[in-house]
Amino acid sequence: MELTTVWFCLIAVLWIGYFTLEGFDFGVGMLLPILAHDEVERRVLINTIGPVWDGNEVWLLVAGGATFAAFPEWYATLFSGFYLPLLLILLALIVRGVAFEYRAKGHGVAWRGRWDIAIIVGSWVPAVLWGVAFADIVHGVPIAADGEYVGGFFNLLHPYALLGGLTTALLFLTHGAVFVSLKTDGPIRHEARALAARLGILAAGVTVAFLLWTQLDSGDLASGLLFVGAAVALVAGLVAVGAAREGWAFCGTFVAIALGVAGLFVALFPDVMPTTLADGASLTTTNAAATAYTLKIMTVVAAVFTPLVLLYQSWSYWVFRRRITVEHIPADHAPATAR
Amino acid sequence: MDPLDIARWQFGIVTVYHFLFVPITIGLSAIVAGYETAWVRTGHEHWLRLTKFFGKLFLINFAIGVVTGIVQEFQFGMNWSDYSRFVGDIFGAPLAIEGLLAFFLESTFLGLWIFGWDRLPARVHAACIWIVHVGTLLSAYFILAANSWMQHPVGYRFNPDTGRAELHDFAAVLLNKVQLATFPHVVLSAYLTGAGFVVGVAFWSMRRTRDEEDDRRMYLRAVRTGAAVALVAALGVVVSGDVQGKIMTDVQPMKMAAAEGLYDTTDHAPFSLLTIGKLDGSTATNIIEMPGLLSFLGTGHFDGEVQGINQLRAEYRRTYGTDPGAAYYSPGDYTPIVPVTYWSFRLMIGLGLLAAAGAALILLATRRGRAPTGRFWLWLAIAMPLLPVAANSFGWIFTEMGRQPWAVFGLMTTAQAVSPGVGAGTVLTSLLAFTVVYAVLAVIEVRLVLTYIRAGAEPLPEPVGPDDTDRPLAFAY
Repeated sequence: MELTTVWFCLIAVLWIGYFTLEGFDFGVGMLLPILAHDEVERRVLINTIGPVWDGNEVWLLVAGGATFAAFPEWYATLFSGFYLPLLLILLALIVRGVAFEYRAKGHGVAWRGRWDIAIIVGSWVPAVLWGVAFADIVHGVPIAADGEYVGGFFNLLHPYALLGGLTTALLFLTHGAVFVSLKTDGPIRHEARALAARLGILAAGVTVAFLLWTQLDSGDLASGLLFVGAAVALVAGLVAVGAAREGWAFCGTFVAIALGVAGLFVALFPDVMPTTLADGASLTTTNAAATAYTLKIMTVVAAVFTPLVLLYQSWSYWVFRRRITVEHIPADHAPATAR
Repeated sequence: MDPLDIARWQFGIVTVYHFLFVPITIGLSAIVAGYETAWVRTGHEHWLRLTKFFGKLFLINFAIGVVTGIVQEFQFGMNWSDYSRFVGDIFGAPLAIEGLLAFFLESTFLGLWIFGWDRLPARVHAACIWIVHVGTLLSAYFILAANSWMQHPVGYRFNPDTGRAELHDFAAVLLNKVQLATFPHVVLSAYLTGAGFVVGVAFWSMRRTRDEEDDRRMYLRAVRTGAAVALVAALGVVVSGDVQGKIMTDVQPMKMAAAEGLYDTTDHAPFSLLTIGKLDGSTATNIIEMPGLLSFLGTGHFDGEVQGINQLRAEYRRTYGTDPGAAYYSPGDYTPIVPVTYWSFRLMIGLGLLAAAGAALILLATRRGRAPTGRFWLWLAIAMPLLPVAANSFGWIFTEMGRQPWAVFGLMTTAQAVSPGVGAGTVLTSLLAFTVVYAVLAVIEVRLVLTYIRAGAEPLPEPVGPDDTDRPLAFAY
């Protein structure tokens, strides 16, 4: 396989890692006002993802860095072209990340309420906008012959892209609800499971519509098979939700997101950013790539360290495998004056 | 306004802001790891209380350092897309490796450390914070390798077909001589910063707890260990800075000339502590001059020749042609803004030395368990965390502004690096958004830190019985 193809696959893997992992912690954040009825329940929800959300977010940073290294032209066009959505995502991730840490460091309804808003908004904004951005990438955007995006902000918001945003939002909500039912016990667990079932049906409908549209728009046989696999996994996950098998349900939503993202990348290949302009230039795995030498070095580094990362991230999930209930939440020790 | 100017302001603001927190993270993670190790080895509860006390302050700082770091990675694509296209082959690799090797390590093991108090054996728990520290060092190495390449590009070839710089020798990039001097300088400055923070906080806390003999002894340990780290680190900062200065004089002579506002090539060049006048080569009047010191800093000899701005400007014009970015930055071709480089260079050195002197004074004053009172000591306690942070910021302002008008020295100017397709309004939107959010977060962060400092180190909780799935978590958000 060409090294450029290898790196296209690796970047797809990084995004799959990002969406399957941060997907559920976005979902938990988005569900904070829905699943939690009081302060202790909010703390239960936040603590289900407390030890892992930061590690999940690093998948995004590595995906960004790897794109810079392996496909500099793609990185340059994508991030300068999608400037404003990306700015919104960055602002959301900033306030959300600080909120997890700072919320617990102070007392008072006002203090915690403000950070709750930061978590909720900070989770919704990227959950929607990543879907919009990926739909735009797969569908193609106006890219001029010199490789510059020439579309402006509102060009990114057509119906197909908005459906993409709705799809990721609903998938992450379902994924998050399933995760909460897997990680908690007591009333929250049951409520989360019931919510996952309801949200899941909605998510399945929207996801199938989006994947079908994608398939008709830019798919081929392989992407079609992956999309079918994603739909099957999602339905299987929902069946597991109904049967109260939370572990299997989480596997279902996890695999559904993974196969869906994989299908998007397969539909994209060999382009990395197709153009919609007749006289424009699509960025492809070859014309956007770094040199073979850089790709070779990066391949060695990735081959050595990716398994190691998977190993210790899995270990950290194992360490925190226990379900959390309201009884497990200790009294908080924040000094009284932090307001 | 020109999008380039706004993009430059944005880069400066988000980068300097991010770097307020980075050195504290690097330094404090090492010190907290040291305290926890001391606890594991001695079982003395003072060390555990210090671990938790400074651990909380560390986390408040770390959170903001991490989230502001996310912007760093994406702003190259957003605001500097032509730069990204030109150097992505070289610059992207250390960035990606930084993520893969360092960020995963830091975030995963910090999660284990924060929440793992009752889930991991004590030794494993202590190992987690050490791994976090190693992650911060790896992160610093790769990001500084990328920056050093911009200061002194090596290991690349310019490809006229693609119009970009292409990686030719990755080892040369990682072992760039600028990098080999910069990495120890920055990391030791970070240790000085973390230690300055510990000294200031513990010294201030000690002064308040004169009635509680046990707490006083605990803070005294923190003061004296912190001051010792600060002094050793400061010595290293001076030595590595000296090496760095000589390499800089060699590879970026204009930066050294601009650091002194030296307009004409001179041997036995003096170093001025203060100056009045415009620093434009016409009316500069140095007030206090150390003869030969600039020559020594740059060359290692008090009578060594240091090139002046005028000669270098002529030389650069011969080598690179007319400076396309001159209009944006400087009174003349290829010259950085001299007052900025002159003052930031002095503030970096001066504030760093003051921090070291403060640590030495406090170490002397706390011999045999003494806790000096009086306003001077109060102000010193407050200054100790701030001086090294400010010195770090001025150091970065100096090293980045001193490279102007180049983004990559000799290869690409900052004016050529900016995103061609991004308008002024767009960059201004993000500049304002980041500045406002960062300003709000800064206020919150400082207030939280002060609250936690005032609350002091908590007493240890009651020991819990054997593992029981129903008991509350040892730590939860």
